[in-house]
Amino acid sequence: MVNLTIDGIKVSVPEGSTILQAAREVGVKIPTLCHHPDQAVKANCRVCVCEVEGNRLLAAACAQPVMEGMVVKTRTPKVIEARKTILELILANHPQDCLNCIRNGNCELQDLANEYFIRDNPFTLKVRGLQKDYSTPSIFRDPDKCVLCRRCVEACTVVQSVNALGLENRGVLSMVVPTMGGDLIDSACVMCGQCIHACPVGAIGEVEEIDKLLAAIADPDKVVVTQIAPAVRVAIGEEVGMKTGDMPMDVFVAGLRQVGFDYVLHTNFTADLTILEEGNELLQRLKEGGTLPMFTSCSPGWINFCETFYPDLLDNLSTCKSPQQMFGPLAKTYWADKMGIDPAKIYSVSIMPCTAKKFEAARPEMNASGYRDVDLVLTTREVGRLFRMSGIDFDKLAGSNFDSWMGAYTGAAVIFGASGGVMEAALRTVYEVVTGNTLEDVNFEVTRGITGIKEAEVDLDGTVVKVAIANGLSNARQLMDQVRAGESPYHFIEIMACPGGCIGGGGQPITKANAKRVERIDSIYVEDEKCAIRKSHENPEVKTLYDEFLLEPLGHKSHELLHTHYQAKNKKYL
Amino acid sequence: MDYKDIIASYASKPGGIIEAYHAVQKELSYLPEEAVAEAARVFNLPVSDAYGVATFYSMFSVTPRGKNVIRICESAPCHVAGAAQVIAALERELGIKMGESTADGQFALEFAECVGQCQATPVITINRKPYLDVSPATVPTILAEYK
Ligand code: SF4
Ligand code: SF4
Ligand code: SF4
Ligand code: FES
Ligand code: FES
Repeated sequence: MVNLTIDGIKVSVPEGSTILQAAREVGVKIPTLCHHPDQAVKANCRVCVCEVEGNRLLAAACAQPVMEGMVVKTRTPKVIEARKTILELILANHPQDCLNCIRNGNCELQDLANEYFIRDNPFTLKVRGLQKDYSTPSIFRDPDKCVLCRRCVEACTVVQSVNALGLENRGVLSMVVPTMGGDLIDSACVMCGQCIHACPVGAIGEVEEIDKLLAAIADPDKVVVTQIAPAVRVAIGEEVGMKTGDMPMDVFVAGLRQVGFDYVLHTNFTADLTILEEGNELLQRLKEGGTLPMFTSCSPGWINFCETFYPDLLDNLSTCKSPQQMFGPLAKTYWADKMGIDPAKIYSVSIMPCTAKKFEAARPEMNASGYRDVDLVLTTREVGRLFRMSGIDFDKLAGSNFDSWMGAYTGAAVIFGASGGVMEAALRTVYEVVTGNTLEDVNFEVTRGITGIKEAEVDLDGTVVKVAIANGLSNARQLMDQVRAGESPYHFIEIMACPGGCIGGGGQPITKANAKRVERIDSIYVEDEKCAIRKSHENPEVKTLYDEFLLEPLGHKSHELLHTHYQAKNKKYL
Repeated sequence: MDYKDIIASYASKPGGIIEAYHAVQKELSYLPEEAVAEAARVFNLPVSDAYGVATFYSMFSVTPRGKNVIRICESAPCHVAGAAQVIAALERELGIKMGESTADGQFALEFAECVGQCQATPVITINRKPYLDVSPATVPTILAEYK
């Protein structure tokens, strides 16, 4: 242990700790901007400077290792003065655009300007006037707001191994740019949105489409129907001042009705359905010698990744559409019929933790119903804005139930929101289908948690099935390279593009630290425990769907509406 | 020589990408996109990194430019010694502004940072060869070497 004092407080921390870490131990808050709790030290903003006794120069607390006997001062006039000047210099190159900014109220730079009461900046404002990039349906970039911290670059390269973002030029000319300085859409970007979470400011964000929803609600000829993805409930409360996991599902539904949705249904319903289709697909591949390992196909960021980097492995992907895209065509066929509503009038909106879902819904082939299957995708953050704009007081709101035919769900669908959940849900069903026995303990603990790669073995009546689970695309890449090399020992692989799974999706409330992802994962399993039914094949509304409409898993209707195919993306530069 | 062959010849050198870029530029006077992508492949880097290297160093250009690259030092010592007048003379002589290339593709004018010859300012370089103590009067003779 190393002993030092910070602002007169004695502290001992392990060797190799930084001043920043030591200060946190004793509750001294040092401001940061480029620092990220789960990333490598960048030390490029200098906002965290402190005085170290005996040193002439100020030290960057995020990078400076502690030393025995060190005396650190974090609040001297010299320190405050330096931090203010640094902030003034950053702000002198920054658009004064907070009122119009997607991160207004949730921006690390804005917070710092506020904490250091920056008023009359002595430096002349000089904004570079760089082009905004709205080339993708999911993500926009506003490089003028970039403070060059490089956190997005680390998210895209180290966490996701996509390498769509990099640096261009140096010094005052440097910029973060998509590959070859082009538009994001021409890079390998998979639209996962992890760069949004990494960004301290409003330089990257989701393409907002709330206005389209408001127009549909105002249109008397439209029946506005919504589906809520499994990972949304645990996080939406964070947008309206609640703790993670605290928003009750029925209150969430009531809130959506207040906003003006005509019918509220659940993606969890099609998550259960996915298990039946995908579980049977796996069994068929095992029995008939189909392409193995089979990969899950729920995560559109992962689909984009596979189509971009592993086009030779597309046959391994399950042909099942994602739960969102299974919901789409069913809402405009089966459900419309059940309800006696003209499908042409249905405006189908999904509420997703994901930015890549916007891209997925817009894929040209997603029109199996004869209409656009999903008309609009809103992220959890956009729905948060919608709730705040509508001034809904959730404390006073009485709960409301989901509408019929596509609103029922089981605990197996709930856990789709966390990495390993699809696998666990599939195992609960496949086990019972294959063995004919009742699964007494439905909990497969090994599949849970935020660990990058997890593996398990299940004995299905003498056949041992080996499975693996990866979250985060650099972890997925390891499993894919194994498959490509012909060395994969697995039969079934679950991949979620985002760290922790959908609870950490690019559309969730801004999530700086992985610790928040873990909190959400914990809430998911609490909700699963509370469900009376926890196996997808026991979902009563799914049973009705098969009895009356689909007839059997992998049947003719399923193939028409619920299954798809994939295409190599052939990006110019990777 | 084709850019592919040039890059391939540096493949086994550690950090060879910089030398490969210099060699490609010697041939083509700039680094076309395809050459950057080829370097990424040969040196096993993501294209975004190869592009980052190509744009980090001011002596590389990823946009087409004149064959003979004239770079004028604009660091303080050269500046004080009259770099501005040298610039004016070069611009007049070639009929282009700083940052541009001549229509016949013969010359490009660029700024540089200190090239380490501060004992004899102002300094310009043409295709990396330094010219010391340059004045507006000596500009036409220097250019004549390349015409
Ligand atoms: S990025 Fe932050 S500081 Fe900049 S305009 Fe947006 S809210 Fe304001
Ligand atoms: S959305 Fe994902 S893949 Fe695209 S730039 Fe951001 S981190 Fe990279
Ligand atoms: S875009 Fe955001 S995360 Fe990326 S370097 Fe700029 S400020 Fe940092
Ligand atoms: S937070 Fe320490 S240098 Fe940026
Ligand atoms: S300042 Fe021009 S060569 Fe050093």
